[in-house]
Amino acid sequence: MNVSDRMLLSGDEAVARAALDAGVALGTGYPGTPATEILEHFSEIGGRAKWAPNEKVALEVALGVAFAGARAIAVMKHVGLNVAADPLFTSTYTGVTGALVVMSGDDPGIASSQNEQDSRHYAVAAGIPMLEPADSQEAYDLTLRAIEISERWNIPVLLRMTTRVCHSRTVVRRRAGVTAAPAPHFERDIRGRVMIPAYARTAHRKLRRKLAEIQAWNESCSLNRVEAGEPALGIIASGVSYMHVREVAPRASVLKLAFTYPLPVEKIRAFASGVERCLVVEEGDPYLAEAIRGAGVDVQSKAEMFRFGELDADRVARIIAGDTSPEPPAVPGKPPQLCAGCSHRYVFEAFRKLDCIVAGDIGCYTLGVLPPLEAVDACVCMGASIGVGLGLRHVLPPQQARRVVSVIGDGTFVHSGITGLVEMTYNPPPTGHVVVILDNATTAMTGHQENPSTGRTLEHDPTGKLSFEELARALGIADVVVCDPALDKAGFERVLGECLANGRINLIIARHPCLLIAGTLREYERAAMQCCEALAEDP
Amino acid sequence: MNDRVVNVILAGLGGQGVLKASEIVSTVAFRAGLDVKQSELHGMSQRGGSVSSDIRFGREIFSPMVPPGEADFLVVVAPDQVEVHRHQLRPCGVLITPDAVDATKLASRRSSNVALLGVLSHHLDFPEEAWLEAIRAAFAEKLHAANLQAFALGRASR
Repeated sequence: MNVSDRMLLSGDEAVARAALDAGVALGTGYPGTPATEILEHFSEIGGRAKWAPNEKVALEVALGVAFAGARAIAVMKHVGLNVAADPLFTSTYTGVTGALVVMSGDDPGIASSQNEQDSRHYAVAAGIPMLEPADSQEAYDLTLRAIEISERWNIPVLLRMTTRVCHSRTVVRRRAGVTAAPAPHFERDIRGRVMIPAYARTAHRKLRRKLAEIQAWNESCSLNRVEAGEPALGIIASGVSYMHVREVAPRASVLKLAFTYPLPVEKIRAFASGVERCLVVEEGDPYLAEAIRGAGVDVQSKAEMFRFGELDADRVARIIAGDTSPEPPAVPGKPPQLCAGCSHRYVFEAFRKLDCIVAGDIGCYTLGVLPPLEAVDACVCMGASIGVGLGLRHVLPPQQARRVVSVIGDGTFVHSGITGLVEMTYNPPPTGHVVVILDNATTAMTGHQENPSTGRTLEHDPTGKLSFEELARALGIADVVVCDPALDKAGFERVLGECLANGRINLIIARHPCLLIAGTLREYERAAMQCCEALAEDP
Repeated sequence: MNDRVVNVILAGLGGQGVLKASEIVSTVAFRAGLDVKQSELHGMSQRGGSVSSDIRFGREIFSPMVPPGEADFLVVVAPDQVEVHRHQLRPCGVLITPDAVDATKLASRRSSNVALLGVLSHHLDFPEEAWLEAIRAAFAEKLHAANLQAFALGRASR
């Protein structure tokens, strides 16, 4: 092991590095804090990575790679796992021939998300083995172990991380001796991969047998280790919570869990019986505590107030002390805001001026909810603007219904807005509707990733480009208007007013490139032009 | 460097180079062979909101976050963010604010983050060359001159 093998990496970078070292054939995913950097870094260091239109497609592509006997990783944030839940739940039935790692980045404390869900519940619900890294070294090691486990039991593995682990940089040493990736090949397995009821019934039983075997193996697995200390206090912890525990309770006995589904129940029972007080310290929902109690092991858990937000050393000290006194309020920092001169501002100003009821969506433009604009009335999940807007239109009294607009960004529209648009043409409300796509030519919020409507791949190379105008017309929307709200503010307002008044179904494409990368976009376009010219000259 | 863990917090607003500066500090400590953990929350940071980064180094680091009230050094690039973070400083900790450097002498106003690292470098036991190397590694070559000048300015102001 030479010196260059010691690296300072974020948890995300460590996952990417492990994927590369393991010969992962394809990384797929959709951008989302805190997991975005995994595929970006994987591509940067030489891996093959692709942004999918959404997480469901990403997971399906990765599943296909793993059906072909190769190694795949699908990367998403926690709410992305909801989108991918459909293939997830049946991928455990079909299993895989190669390796499939599903990485989900949870966001306790809601640094940059719409909810604080604890994705560990998915492991139980879908029957997918789960690993939880505590720092970048573990992110690296457990990605490798996830691949081994996936190949050994032919089952997808969930790598569940949190914002703090994804975005902290810690020291990583690479491992030697990773087994070579198998060459992709197709072997027919109709009963194993075609989930008609007759085959799925068998597959479900097979899954449960696999999980029982994995649980038995996990009882003696080195991924869960006891760190002996004083017997007065024993703490069971996983993920970054373990680090806080070591910080504030250096003398406690600790059972550090990394393989947290299916749980090594007997190992936990033995640990708990060897200490005077056994306490579970975990972030988010009491997943471990409830599972451990469910197995008949008596453990203490945190107070309800610690379900919310991230844990840190102070909060863990409080949990250990059973201190439920009110916590000092966080000192408010400066909230983020729409950039000065951002074209989204003009759109939200027009919404205000025309007294619109705004069904909003997920992206930079969600910031239109903050003062002074305060021009967003709902924001739920990717793509919800269109469905929610239609629902409001269907039942509100006409004079209110006519004020409803749905506003959605280009990346979000591709992710989950297309089916909403189909709904609008299939079930148009009596007053019609207005959908505004804010097309700033990039997925800005997560750091300017490409998407199918930019016409560039993850590496910014030219590829097929989705046209919103043509898509909308193909769906039967006659009223499609393209305008630039930054260059022609009055024009946008006029168009919006007309669309709200005409009682038909309308799509307005408000198109203006994101200011932060306008220069970079011009460079990409120049490169694409040169590429086209070169092709034209070379018959 | 003895066994003691050193806790540094860098803070400011999105776009001020807080994360870049924290990358430099953690690189210096990492290359000195220490255990290092650097932790930040970003995502919304590009939109001008508050940004802060915790850097901890020493023989062995557990939590990636500086425990509340245990920062040895608090480096704040935006004056209006001082009060947001003051409670994180130890009673005898060192607060470094933009006042520490004469901004009119900076070759580039955008380099005040690195100038404050120059001030911080006084208090830490790393050789000057290690800082310069980390700065050169962190920026494109065309930005080296301005950032090295800023670092020197900060290091000279005490």
